[in-house]
Amino acid sequence: MSDAAQIPQFAFRLWSLGRARGLVNGLIGIALLLGLWWLGGLIVANDPDLYAFANFAPEPTLKRLWSMVLSGEVISMSGPSLERVGLGLIYAAAFGVPVGILIGRAPRIHELTNVPFQFMRMISPLSWMPIAVMAFDTWDGAIVFLIAMAAVWPILFSTAAGVRRIDPAWLKVARNLGAGPLHMLGSVILPAIAVDILQGVRLALGVAWVVLVPAEYLGVTSGLGFAINDARDTLDYDRLAATVVVIGIIGFALDAAVGRIVKKLNWVRAAH
Amino acid sequence: MAVTQLMPGASTPATAVSGTDLPASSPATRSPAAPRRAATKGAHVAVKSLSHAYRRNDGKVLDGIDFEIGQGEIVALLGRSGCGKSTLLHMLAGLTQPSEGEVVINGNGVREPSHKWVMMFQAPSLFPWLSVAQNAALGLKFTRRGHEIDARIPEILDLVDLGAFADRNAQELSGGQQQRVALARSLAPQPEMLLLDEPFSALDAFTRRNLQRDVRAIARNLGLTLVIVTHDVGEAVRMADRVIVLQANPGRVAEDTAIDLSEEERAGGAEGFQREHSRLMGVYSRIAEAADAQDDIANDFTQL
Repeated sequence: MSDAAQIPQFAFRLWSLGRARGLVNGLIGIALLLGLWWLGGLIVANDPDLYAFANFAPEPTLKRLWSMVLSGEVISMSGPSLERVGLGLIYAAAFGVPVGILIGRAPRIHELTNVPFQFMRMISPLSWMPIAVMAFDTWDGAIVFLIAMAAVWPILFSTAAGVRRIDPAWLKVARNLGAGPLHMLGSVILPAIAVDILQGVRLALGVAWVVLVPAEYLGVTSGLGFAINDARDTLDYDRLAATVVVIGIIGFALDAAVGRIVKKLNWVRAAH
Repeated sequence: MAVTQLMPGASTPATAVSGTDLPASSPATRSPAAPRRAATKGAHVAVKSLSHAYRRNDGKVLDGIDFEIGQGEIVALLGRSGCGKSTLLHMLAGLTQPSEGEVVINGNGVREPSHKWVMMFQAPSLFPWLSVAQNAALGLKFTRRGHEIDARIPEILDLVDLGAFADRNAQELSGGQQQRVALARSLAPQPEMLLLDEPFSALDAFTRRNLQRDVRAIARNLGLTLVIVTHDVGEAVRMADRVIVLQANPGRVAEDTAIDLSEEERAGGAEGFQREHSRLMGVYSRIAEAADAQDDIANDFTQL
C-alpha cells in the first residue's frame, strides 16, 4: 500500500476515538496552553528587563499551588469569594426570575421595561463601584451588590425569553383542567422555563466570576481578588500566578457543574 | 378494573362494567367495544340564543345558536372551516364567554372552565417534562385531589391501553399514544362531559379509526356526554348519536339530525353506515353550496 493511501487511514483512527475523543482533545488543549505558558516563562526568564517576573512560569507556579493546596490556603481564600458570588447570584435570581416571568407574560410590562433594562444591562457592573461603596455599610455588602448587578441581567432576560417560548396550548390545557394561578406557575411555567433559568444562571455565573476579582479589590481582607492584590503588592509572583490558576479552575468547575444540571433538567428529548 | 370506580356514584350492580368490556390491548384484532351504557351521569347542556363576535364592531361568527344536549348523548358539531364550531366548543368549555346568550350546564350558567367539562384539543399538548402517569394526573392535582392519583391513574391508563407506559416520558410515545394520554388526562378528573376539538385530525387513518371507536365506547360505558367538533362526515357518522350541522358566515345551526346506526354498523363499510354517510354528506353539501352561493351574491354586491 502506498503512503498516500495510509494517510487517510491514520486520520480516521485519530478521529474515531468515540466518546474519548472529547477528553483526548481537551488534554491536548491543556498541553498546548501549558506549552505556551512554559514558552512565555522561558522568554521572561531570559530577558534581563523581565527577569523579576520569572516566577510566573509554570514550574514555580505549580509548586506554589501545591503548597497552597496542602496548607489549606486555597480553601481559605476561595471560601469568602464563593460565598459572595453565591449571595450575589441568589439576590440576582430573586429579582431576575420573578421579573423575567412578569416581562415574559405581560407584553405591556415588556414594552415598558425593555429600554430601561437594556440600558442598565450595558452599564459595566464595576461602574457601580462608587455608588456601592456609598450605599453599603460593609465592603462585603458592596461586593455582593456588584456581583448581583452583573448577574441579574442574564437571568432576567433568559427567564423572560423562556416564558415567551412556552407553548400557549400548555396554559390552555392547564386552565381547562382547573389550574389556578399558583398551579399555573408551579406546574406549568416554572418547569417549562427551568432550563432557561439555569442557562441564565450559567451565564450570570460566568459574568459574576469575572467581576468578582476586581470587586474584591475593594477594602476586604479575604477572597481571591484580595489574594491577587496582596500577592502583587508583596511581589509574590508565584503565589499570584497560582491564585490565577485557582480562579480559573474554580470558575471552570462551577460552569461545568451548572452545565451538568442544565443537561439533567433539560426535558427536550432528541427526535426519535 | 371496574368502570364504576371511575364514575362518581355509578355503583349499582346493573351499571357496573368490567374491564373486559373495555377496549382490549390489541387494537388491530379486537371488535368494537360493546355499547353497554352506564347510568347516565353525563352533563345536560342547553345553548340559549348564543351569538358571538370576536370584537365589538366585528361581524358575528355565531348567531342565534339554540340547542340542547341530553345527559350521556354523543353529539357532533359538523361544519366547514370558519363556521365557528371550535369557538362554540370553547364556549361550552367555559374557555370563551359568548357576546350574547348563554351556555347552561346542569342548570348553571357556564362562566369558567371546570374539571366537570373537559376539552381535548387537536394537539395532545402533553407536558414534555412529565411522565405519562404524571400527565394523566394533572387534572386531579389541579383540583386538589392528589390523594386519588395512586388509585385512579393506573385504572385510567389501563382504560386507554397505556398501562404499560405509565413511567415513560410523554415525548417517547407516538402521536396516537399521546392522544390517548390526553384522553386519560381528560377522564381522570371524572368529568361529566368531554369536548373534543378535532382531536384525531393529525393522526393516520388506522389510528384515527381506533381512537374514534374507543372514545365512543368509553364515553358510552361511563355515561359521559360527548361533544365532538369535526369537519369529517365519516367521523361524525362513526362517533355521534346526533349531528348538528353548522353553516358559516355567521355560524348558525343549519341541520340537527340523528344518526340511527347500531354499533356494528358504525364500524364502517356496512350498508347502514354508507346510507347514513351519504345522507349526511348530502345535507353537508347542500348547506355548503348554499353558503357558497350566498358568498357569491355578497361578493357581487361588494364589487358593485
